[in-house]
Amino acid sequence: MSSELNHLLRQAALGKMSRRAFISRAGALGMSAAMAGTLLTTAARAEDTPVKGGVIRAGVQGGQSTDTLDPAVAASPAPFLINSTWGETLVEVNAKNEISMRLAEEVSSNKDASVWMFKIRKGVKYHNGAEMTPADVVATLKRHTDEKSKSGALGIVKGITDMKAEGDTVTLTLAGPNADLPYLMADYHLIIQPGGGVDNPAAGIGTGPYKINSFDPGVRCTFDKFADYWDKDRGHADTVEILVINDNTARTAALQSGQVHMIDRVDPKIADLLKGVSGVSIKATAGRGHYVFIMECNKPPFDNNDLRMALKLAINRKEMVDKILGGLGSVGNDFPINAAYPLFDDTIPQREYDPKAAAEAYKKSGHDGSPIMLQVAPGAFPGAVEAAQLFATSANAAGIPLQVKLEPDDGYWTNVWNVAPFCASYWGGRPVQDQMYSTAYQSTADWNDTKFVNKRFDELLLAARGELDQAKRKAEYSEMAKLVRDTGGVIVPMFNDWVEAVSDSIGGWNADANQELMNGKALQKCWLKA
Amino acid sequence: MVIHPILKLVVQRIVLGLILLLAVSFVIFLGVQILPGDAAQAILGQSATPEALANLRSQLGLNEPALVRYFTWLGHALHGDLGKALTNGQDISHDIGQRLGNTLFLAVCAGVIAVPLAITLGLIAARYNGRWPDKLISGVTLATISLPEFVAAYFVIFLLTQVVHLFQPVSMVFPGMSFFAKLHAVALPVIVLVMVVLAHMMRMTRAAILNVMQSAYIETAELKGLSPMQVIWRPALPNAIAPIISVVVINMAYLVVGVVVVEVVFSYNALGQYLVDHVAKRDLPVVQAVGIIFAAVYIGLNILADLIGIISNPRLRHPK
Repeated sequence: MSSELNHLLRQAALGKMSRRAFISRAGALGMSAAMAGTLLTTAARAEDTPVKGGVIRAGVQGGQSTDTLDPAVAASPAPFLINSTWGETLVEVNAKNEISMRLAEEVSSNKDASVWMFKIRKGVKYHNGAEMTPADVVATLKRHTDEKSKSGALGIVKGITDMKAEGDTVTLTLAGPNADLPYLMADYHLIIQPGGGVDNPAAGIGTGPYKINSFDPGVRCTFDKFADYWDKDRGHADTVEILVINDNTARTAALQSGQVHMIDRVDPKIADLLKGVSGVSIKATAGRGHYVFIMECNKPPFDNNDLRMALKLAINRKEMVDKILGGLGSVGNDFPINAAYPLFDDTIPQREYDPKAAAEAYKKSGHDGSPIMLQVAPGAFPGAVEAAQLFATSANAAGIPLQVKLEPDDGYWTNVWNVAPFCASYWGGRPVQDQMYSTAYQSTADWNDTKFVNKRFDELLLAARGELDQAKRKAEYSEMAKLVRDTGGVIVPMFNDWVEAVSDSIGGWNADANQELMNGKALQKCWLKA
Repeated sequence: MVIHPILKLVVQRIVLGLILLLAVSFVIFLGVQILPGDAAQAILGQSATPEALANLRSQLGLNEPALVRYFTWLGHALHGDLGKALTNGQDISHDIGQRLGNTLFLAVCAGVIAVPLAITLGLIAARYNGRWPDKLISGVTLATISLPEFVAAYFVIFLLTQVVHLFQPVSMVFPGMSFFAKLHAVALPVIVLVMVVLAHMMRMTRAAILNVMQSAYIETAELKGLSPMQVIWRPALPNAIAPIISVVVINMAYLVVGVVVVEVVFSYNALGQYLVDHVAKRDLPVVQAVGIIFAAVYIGLNILADLIGIISNPRLRHPK
């Protein structure tokens, strides 16, 4: 086959050229329409069929030489991707936001969703050769729920009062009904480990398609394919590697020069430039992650809802999406939920920048006109300082004396976030509304960083959690959204897309809004094209 | 028994150096104590809950008084046990061993190129003092030293990985790589570091030589009919060696301890990045260990510079 035809075929199979265009251009090369059509169908199928073998390398940021393989303490992108490559959870949330079965085969609950049964898959082996058992599942969950644990999932699994393994079933009894429990079990900390990982939490032994070959914290993790892996649809490459490349420019250069096949967190400012580069494509996925400005509702002057409303009206969300995210995102509406969540109410009116209304609300608040300090560090979220400056400018135009106070990145999460009355932060989002609200907006939540206390909100949250009638549940979530939007302490200017870049030699890439790099499963699911 | 004055000097310097190291370890300890937050908070970051914090603190032994922790550490360190990192429990000696090797590899590669090049350029600049070769050399090296390291780094990344596909932008090296694979991997950081350290050494060589060239014995040598390059090479260079060596040594020390920016840009897995990561996490045992190594390198190289300066100077070599 001529190289030109080959090239056309590839373009068409990748969807970069229409079927009609392909057939007509193939005709110009002397091929009949029927022949060209058959050829294209074969090529398109070949593009979808996984190819086995080869080495896939991912370049990610957020890795440090202080990292560990203990899934309980994973928080930044590099450990997240590493753990998601060697380990597996009971269930996963798939790209359509449904529960898909992994180490559990079947999930069921009693009528009011207060007792949940997980049937555990048989014949699944750990990398050390031992068989995964329901007892391991219980031990793993126990480790994360233990009061002595330092697990990032502690808050998520706290509501489980009893867990036991009988036969091939693990039964979880909850303190109260929770219709979303399977979503909680998909949390990336809850990787099933042999013996629950109690003896050696950082052993890096799991049931995933890749087993760890070498781990150099903050530098590199290399994996070999695990021969006894149970699911033939995953784990296509022979070996995969995760390189920690914290510098944005170096990460991009590594992808362009072919040293890695995929990178996370492309700087929105350069995403446009990368679009023109051959052999590389930008993947922007609308997710649930969002950037926030947090006002603590119990500290003056933010204990005054008129002042909070004045600030909410004084921010230009559209401008932020354009300038801070380079258009790769969507505007927020001062509550932490967007259309990526199930049961999202899209009829809630969008709050706009309204300097006149903001000035009125500010006047009504009776604020003394002293400077209002917004504390921000570059690491609060990418572009945080610039976003704060835009905010100050638009607020000053409405007569609100907002000032930006620059803080160092070092120690920001300890000394400023959840301490200062007004600061910048971000949330990665959660798979379901209940989890997002109960993590950061319930009055008793550890991470209630806006110090939002609303009795009605707490009642609705509990009611919705156990509500199995979806229409009712949606109405409850809608009312909660409005409470946070109109009386809460959070300003949500924007939801950021996951912006990643992938080499054209990678097959099997699918957008997944849950977390970055296909919910951490890019290395398990992708393959190198032949 | 008569001790050779040089030997006595060496012993004195080494003892002083050790005392200095002890002081340094205490200052580092104080510094990390003063930093806001502790290892437990830093590890848990945004996901810290009060229970998790308390659990982690007692697990890491952070509830002990500060001085007790310092002397416990010192006791172990004097027995050669650097302990385990607070953050991830990795063995510090093992990690440092590997990373120190990488640091020294990069420093030596850069030094092997930069030192002879700088001295040669300095000699040429001195020979053609005030004429165009001097101006060219001074101008170019001044430009390279004035460029911030990360700008120079991005520039060579663009030029040598994107325009010409000669090298790779990520310079990580691993055990098991062949020597030449390692050389290929570190090519870009070496280029950047050579650019950074060249000017300082070159200018000192030039200045020192020109200073000596004012002396009467140089005039004599010239009158005896030696060619300008011979004059510089034979009587001038040996007499100018002390200041040149001290600048070379300072630059070598910089190549070992001060190149963290270059390490970050090229994702080079050496000591600088390792130290910065652990400072951010308030991981005291690691910060102590790396800090001591850096201080030891600095003190050691400075002792070396002093000694070479003394040995090269007969007046100091034979004090009255």
